[in-house]
Amino acid sequence: MSHTRTVVLVLVGFFVFWEVAVWATSAPSFILPAPSAVALEIASDPVWYARHAAYTVGACLLGFFFALVLGVLAAIGIVYSRVLESTLYTLLVSLNSIPKIALAPLFIIWMGTNLSSKVAISMLIALFSIVIDTVLGLRSVDPDVLDMTKSMRARPLQVLWKIRFPSALPAMFAGMKVAISLALVGAIAGEFVASQVGLGYVILTAQGMFQIPRVFAAIVLLGILGTILFYLVGIAERILVPWHVSQRGGNVGAVHGA
Amino acid sequence: MVQAEITARSISGTAGLAHVGISALDKDYRSPKGVVVNALRQIDLTIGRGEFVSVVGPSGCGKSTLLKCIAGIADVTGGRIDVDGKPVVEPPEGMAIVFQRDILLDWRNVIDNIMLPIEFHRLPRGPALARARDLLALIGLAGYESRQPWELSGGQRQRVAICRALIQDPALLLMDEPFGALDALTRDELNLELQRLWLQTRKTVLFITHSISEAVFLSDRVVVMAANPGRIVETIAIDLPRPRTLDARETPVFGRSTSRIRRLFEGMGFLKDSR
Ligand SMILES: Nc1ncnc2c1ncn2[C@@H]1O[C@H](COP(=O)(O)OP(=O)(O)OP(=O)(O)O)[C@@H](O)[C@H]1O
Ligand SMILES: [Mg+2]
Repeated sequence: MSHTRTVVLVLVGFFVFWEVAVWATSAPSFILPAPSAVALEIASDPVWYARHAAYTVGACLLGFFFALVLGVLAAIGIVYSRVLESTLYTLLVSLNSIPKIALAPLFIIWMGTNLSSKVAISMLIALFSIVIDTVLGLRSVDPDVLDMTKSMRARPLQVLWKIRFPSALPAMFAGMKVAISLALVGAIAGEFVASQVGLGYVILTAQGMFQIPRVFAAIVLLGILGTILFYLVGIAERILVPWHVSQRGGNVGAVHGA
Repeated sequence: MVQAEITARSISGTAGLAHVGISALDKDYRSPKGVVVNALRQIDLTIGRGEFVSVVGPSGCGKSTLLKCIAGIADVTGGRIDVDGKPVVEPPEGMAIVFQRDILLDWRNVIDNIMLPIEFHRLPRGPALARARDLLALIGLAGYESRQPWELSGGQRQRVAICRALIQDPALLLMDEPFGALDALTRDELNLELQRLWLQTRKTVLFITHSISEAVFLSDRVVVMAANPGRIVETIAIDLPRPRTLDARETPVFGRSTSRIRRLFEGMGFLKDSR
């Protein structure tokens, strides 16, 4: 995979540039610590960092999972029911433009400072893109294909499962790639508002005590975790949607070159 | 004189054994803005059991619409359609369609595309699978079972679509310009294969095409349609012995039939030599 190699090269280049820039400008570590300093910080107590990272990732994955289940169910309802379309879908589309992070403090009040409030915020933020893209996908079935299934006297559930769902998968994965990143944002937002654990909590407390290397360590870990989560969705896509044009190997041709 | 004979025969046609009966069929499309298109106006047509009937006509004259009405996937505005003596209110049993586009499902390989109607009807998979393999072999695609649709040529895709229709073993086969997108050579080949299949199975076939010579080559009768409103202008019986070879297209009977249809088109303002 030459694409993966490009990504790795760019990232390595970025960290080298960062390291050199810090040495060259001799920036103090409370303004901008060098990557090597950040790495040393993480290495100083990896178990402690792992515990906080696991909490954040757990909240993110649970939020994403609930958003996926609820979102797909809601999308199926919206596609099959006029009433749900004109109520729920209209509501979701108009609420989508408000910044949902602003609701994070409310969830803490409603649900307390434990894990469930972070999961709820994470789910809420991730939900919209999953619903909207799944509706789009379920609807974008070729009308000729629907005529064909009708001529074969297929039942509505068969059409949903054997036709609409597979043809919606590429759009659903587009939504899930956005949703997984947003779910992480939601988990951190919840931790920023009130938490005793998690990378968001680490950033907040370290910042309060001017432990800038620790802030950067948490940010770098979040970056790495976000990238891994995004790639996991991509791998699932490659396994489940190998037939889509964007996933086919072979003679796809140069997109950027020539 | 010969032409008068041809049309006279077509009227007496195939009474008594009707598989599809259409009388005074009207079909309007209404756009959201309220504009009404008379896609079909006062269509009367009877198709006998085991008969091969083609429909030719200019683009937009309502050929696909007629097929969709018979298939029960489009509502009619007026008149009635019977298949097997029963009025069509939903897609009738024992009917299959080969569409203008092959519409194979990209997430299924060749054999699973063919098996789709079997899965819908919840029929046992084993015997159907064997039949699907036989059909593929019959149509010249043995060994292609697990290919993906995007790995096939246009002609191969259309063959798979034909297998998908045939696996349902339909008594009534509706084909909407199935070979429209193919080159002349592949088209000739598939015409021969279709004739062979039809001679073996004697299904009732309604075959839509743009090609006059394809219609004459394949059919017992050719229905000629005109547009605005979509209507039947003439039905012509093709009196050529079967099996027909490609050379049959050089015979006088073939030539008379095609030129008769061409003159009907000229009467509608098509195919005129404008130089
Ligand atoms: N869904 C639709 N809504 C509105 N008008 C339609 C619709 N489908 C077809 N029409 C109109 O009805 C008329 C007949 O269309 P139809 O598709 O049956 O033509 P056709 O004879 O099959 O043409 P072609 O040979 O190009 O496939 C055309 O004027 C077309 O614009
Ligand atoms: Mg058509």
